[in-house]
Order: sequence, then structure tokens, then C-alpha cells
Amino acid sequence: MSKIPLIIESEYMSRVRKKSFLVMTLLTPILMVLLCCIPAFITLFSGADMRNVTVVDQTGLYKDVYQSNDEYTYTYLNIETTAEQMRSDVEPYAYIVITDNLLNNANAMTIYSHKQTTATFEMDVVDRMEEYLREEKLASFDIPNLQQIIDESDVDINVSSIRFDDEGETQTSAGLATIVGMISTFLIYMFLFMYGSMVMSSVMQEKTNRIVEVMVSSVKPFELMLGKIISVGLVGLTQIGIWVLLIVGLGLGVSVAFGIPLVAGNEAEVLAQASNMGGMNTPMGTEIDPDMLEAMQTLAGIDFTQIVVCLILYFIGGYVLYASLFAAIGSAVDNEADTNQFMIPITVIILFAFYVGVFSAENPEGGMAWWCSMIPFTSPIVMMVRIPFGVAIWEIILSLVLLFASSIGMTWVAARIYRVGILLYGKKPSYKELFKWIKYKA
Amino acid sequence: MYYLEAKNIVKQYASHKALDDVTIQVPENSIYGLLGPNGAGKTTLIRIINHITGPDSGEVYINGRLSVPSDVEHIGYLPEERGLYKKMKVGEQLMYLARLKGLSRLDAKERIKYWLGKFDIADWDKKKVEELSKGMQQKIQFIATVIHRPQLLIFDEPFSGFDPVNANLLKREILELRKEGATIIFSTHNMSSVEEICDEITLINRSRVVLQGEINGIRQSHKKHLFKVTFANDARIESNQLYDVLEQNVLAGHNTAIVRKNNGAITNNELITALMQHNELATFDEILPSMNEIFIDTVGENTNATV
Repeated sequence: MSKIPLIIESEYMSRVRKKSFLVMTLLTPILMVLLCCIPAFITLFSGADMRNVTVVDQTGLYKDVYQSNDEYTYTYLNIETTAEQMRSDVEPYAYIVITDNLLNNANAMTIYSHKQTTATFEMDVVDRMEEYLREEKLASFDIPNLQQIIDESDVDINVSSIRFDDEGETQTSAGLATIVGMISTFLIYMFLFMYGSMVMSSVMQEKTNRIVEVMVSSVKPFELMLGKIISVGLVGLTQIGIWVLLIVGLGLGVSVAFGIPLVAGNEAEVLAQASNMGGMNTPMGTEIDPDMLEAMQTLAGIDFTQIVVCLILYFIGGYVLYASLFAAIGSAVDNEADTNQFMIPITVIILFAFYVGVFSAENPEGGMAWWCSMIPFTSPIVMMVRIPFGVAIWEIILSLVLLFASSIGMTWVAARIYRVGILLYGKKPSYKELFKWIKYKA
Repeated sequence: MYYLEAKNIVKQYASHKALDDVTIQVPENSIYGLLGPNGAGKTTLIRIINHITGPDSGEVYINGRLSVPSDVEHIGYLPEERGLYKKMKVGEQLMYLARLKGLSRLDAKERIKYWLGKFDIADWDKKKVEELSKGMQQKIQFIATVIHRPQLLIFDEPFSGFDPVNANLLKREILELRKEGATIIFSTHNMSSVEEICDEITLINRSRVVLQGEINGIRQSHKKHLFKVTFANDARIESNQLYDVLEQNVLAGHNTAIVRKNNGAITNNELITALMQHNELATFDEILPSMNEIFIDTVGENTNATV
């Protein structure tokens, strides 16, 4: 009887029952959200600083241009102020000096400061002045209702993009496809690294703990390795499952709180409901925003079932491929420091795939994107970017077949390195030796 | 009846031969010593018996039939390099290892209870391995080795890393296991323990068997005809054509001497008669070479011969 199920059970349970697993599973989404919020926090805190700006307007033409706001307090000085006076008074953040009519002399404005001013400040100063001058100039033409004419001439158009496919026409959005693609790619990229290195450190731990010889006197090295890879993969899927539940739960909570029936069984229903709501008032009494309606229609245009199924398949294939590689590395070395030599090529490949993935969003049908979505080492990452843009089913199948075939091949190769590596201590092996190990008889 | 036979085992690694035509025959219910200097190939042989690695040629027989991988369920192996999962609880750890050896959950539970009780450590069940002292971990390691009631036990350097108290406990348990019918292979450098408990040995040096047989027979065949004699008076004795006096120590009316029988043809009785003529003989003991001496002699000779 194979002992793999026993190994999986023990490895899986010991990981899932660890406190750190629970903590990490719950903390990661929170950390992610926090990470996204950091820029907002930074502006919030840095914005609290009030800055005094003194405007020295020698022309007297621009006393309404700069009005104090949350960030800057503007004070006007009409008298002439020399550079010396400004230099000696360090209190204001900056001086804006206007020496001439700016319509005649575009260079007549200067910003003086003791410390280097920020680019945003300068931009803000210039923008306000330009806006003011534009209005001045328009007023000088003396055309009645000019502002109204300008407003009316400001035309907004909405572009809808429709893709022809098997089911007829689907409303699409390049922007949304990019976002969905990038998210899936990033997820796969993260998982490959995270769970791959989990396998590696676990193998290395068994080796340095010296438990491994006890283990292989009961089970075959291949069973031990495969059991470990599968159990860590299951831990990964469990973690993803918990996150999905959290997100759905959160989404449900939000939609209940706001009375928006976002989670509605299938896409067609969403679409239908969205269209219905477009015309009439929602139960809340607010009319639904046409933009929102469009976003919902586009969302419905993306085949989420396909994306989720592909995400899981590519995750499994890519994970097995990389986890076997990581397991082989873990078995070949004795300590963390020695892993670098072997980790670098893998890191380069994964990073390369990640960048190709990012650029594929610009050109999902390009040669680079196409080939990289076929080559097993890069396909899990690159293909996920392309799928939201619509990929022929045969391409997906071909790419998956290649991926799974090479995963199985890689597991075989890794197992041959593993069974030799785990029982050898001391010197770090070279690549040449690793190839020799592959050829050893069992 | 041999419980285990390894016949003409050859194992070649890329750069060197680990085992060169090694044959050992371990009688059922015996304690068999596998001796040899570091790097001689003992661990490789043990790994082959355990199906951790395979021989290039040669076969292993267990109970008269060709050994198959599932036989490891009847082997208990305590490797020289040993360890436990540090984060696992003692009970879980033993359960896991026992089940990997083919025990059912129920049987394993019962056996764990029995052994923890036997070592008076029933309350460790829920402790994590990393919380235990080294000596305590060794006990757990031993339990893990024997929990599935293996018919063949292989101990690779069992006493290294065990403190004297645990080493003694281990020895007692090993002897008890033999009494219960197990066959035991013992790989060690510790020659005094070999003399004490092994029935037969194989000495491997440089991948080859250089000495094999029963302990007593080996010691007899390596004897140098040395005798320790004591006399009840303090008169000195002199070498003659029958024997050489190598050493004598006259103290407070006693003479303790070591003599070598010169001519292997005379019997011990003739030697005694010769010795008695001078003095009052109090004790007469043949000095058999220790396994340690035999080991050093054989390995040294063998090494010199091949260099």
C-alpha cells in the first residue's frame, strides 16, 4: 500500500494546525489592504502641515489668484520687497514674486525659497496662474456667453468595445481585462514563490534534522517528496479557499449593507438586473449610475468561470513544476546560504515570466507573449494575463498539456536528485554532480 | 537458519566502490556485529538492507526469500544520523512513524501507551519534541525504532550520543528484544560492547569483508598464547625454552606475571606443570585478545597491505 496518503495527512495537519498558519492566513489580506492604503495615509499625514506663502505682487493685477486653502496660506505684499529682505525672513515657506504683467512678459514670475520647494507646489502655483490668465484673456475678447459656448463645445464620448466570440457579442473593456489579468498573474507569481520555498525549507529541515534517514527506512524517497509537495499544495489551496470565503463574505456583507444585489448567482442575471435597474429607480430610491451599469456589463463580459478554472489549473501545474525544483534544491544543500546558487536561475526565470506577463497586457497577441504562454516555466504566469483578453481554447489546452507534461517530468528528475541529496551531507554539490545524480541507479 | 543473508553485494559510487562483494549471514535471533572503520561501507550495507538504496549486484534474502521493499515494515532501523520532527508532539510523532511502518491507528496507540509507560514517561505524550532534553529525545527515538515489533533490528552506532544511563537502558532493551525473538544487527566502533553482547561479527574494511565469524572463535584464532599467572610467593620466575616471561610484578608476597607460551605445540597443562615447578601457583588465566586489539590489528594490517 502506498504511504503517500499518510504522509500528506501528517504534513498537511501539522501545517494547518500551526498558529502561524492561521495568523498568516488572516493577516495577509489585512496587510494587503494596509499596503494599498499607505499612500493615502502618507498624504493624510503630510497634508496636515500648513505652509505660509508670501506673494509679492508688484503689479497689483493678481491679488485674487492665490487663495488660502488647507495646505497653503497665502499672504499678499504689494510693496516692493528686495531679495535681501526675503532672504532674512525665513518664516514663509516660499515667496512668489511677480514683477510684470504676465500676459506681456511670461517670465515675470519667480519663486524664492529657503528650502527646495516641491514639484507639486510649483505645479499648483503655475496651474492656478495659467487658469486665471486664460480666463482673463478670454474675457478680453469680449464675446457674450463665451463660457457657455466653451462648456458646450466640451464633448465627451463613451467608447464601448465589443468582442465577437462564440456566443455572439460580448461587451469588453481593455482596462478591466488588464486589471483582471494582472491580478491573476500576480497571484500565481506569489503562490509559486511562497509555496515553492515552503517545500524547499521543509525538505531542508528534514535533512538538517536528520529525521530523513528514519523516514526513508519506512517510505520511498519519492513518496516522501511527493507527499510533501502535495500537502503543501493543499495547504496553499486551503489558504486560497479561506481568502475567497473571506472576500465573498465581505462582499456579501457590503452588498447587504448597501442594498446592492451584487452577488447574484450567474452573470446573465446580473446583466439582466443591471439593465432593469438602468431604467428605473432602485429600492433605495437612487437612480443607478450609467457608468456603474456599464462596468457591470463589462464585468459580465469577462468569463470568470474560465478564469477561475484556468487559475486553479495553472496554479496546480506551475506549482508542481516549481515545487519539485525547489524540493530538489532543498535536498541538495545543507543550509539556507547554499541555496542561493540554485535559487538565482529560478528567480530569474520567474521574474522574467512576471515581466513578460506585465508587458503582455499591452500586447496579448504578440510573439513574445504567445511563446511565453506556451513554454511551461513561464506559461502559468503569462497565460493568466492573456486569458481575460480572450484566448483560443486550443491554445489554452496545448499550453496546459505542455505544462502538466513537464511538471510530471520535472517531478521525476527532482525525485532522482532528491533521493541522493537527502542522504549526502557536507560539500555543496555542483550542477555537474546534480546531473550525475539524475543518472544514478536507484 | 539465517534470518538475513546479503550475498555478494557490490555498490559502486561515481568515484569509489562502497561495497565490494560483501556477504554476510545473520543467524536468526542472534546479535550480529557489523564492524569497521569510518567509511568502510557499513552504512551503505545497512541502507541496502533497508531498501533505502539498491545494490549494483548481489541479493538480500530475508527468512530465506528474496527481500522486497515491503519488508522494511519488519525492520526497525536506528540510523547513526538520527532526529525527530522538532515541532511535533511526542504522541503524534510516534503515531506517524508507527503508521508509516504499517501499524493501524489502534495498534499504534496501544503500543505507544505501552512503551511510554515502560519508560515511565507516559506524561510526555503531549509534549513537543523540542521541549525535551537530548536524553529524553533518545528514548523517543528508541521507541520509534521498536514500536512496530520488528523481527530485524538494525542499530547504527546506537551508543553514540546516548549518555551512560540511557546507553545502559538501551543495552538492556536490546537484550530483552533478543529474548523475545528479534534478530539484531549492530554497527559500532565500540568494541567493548561488541564483546559483551554480539554473537557473531563481520569486520568490513575498505569495502571488503576482512574478518567474519563467531566472537569466541575469532578471539581464539587471534590469541597470542599469553597467560596471566599469579604465584602465592614473591620469588621471581625466569624465561626458558617453554615460555617467555614478558612482565612480572612482585608485590607483598605475590608475583603477578604475564608469560607467553613459546611453543604452540605444548598444551596448557604442560605449561602449568612447568610453571608449578618453581612456585606456588595461585591463578592461571589465558589472555584472549580483545576485539579492540583484533580490530586494530586487522584493519592496520589490511591497510598496510593495500597501501
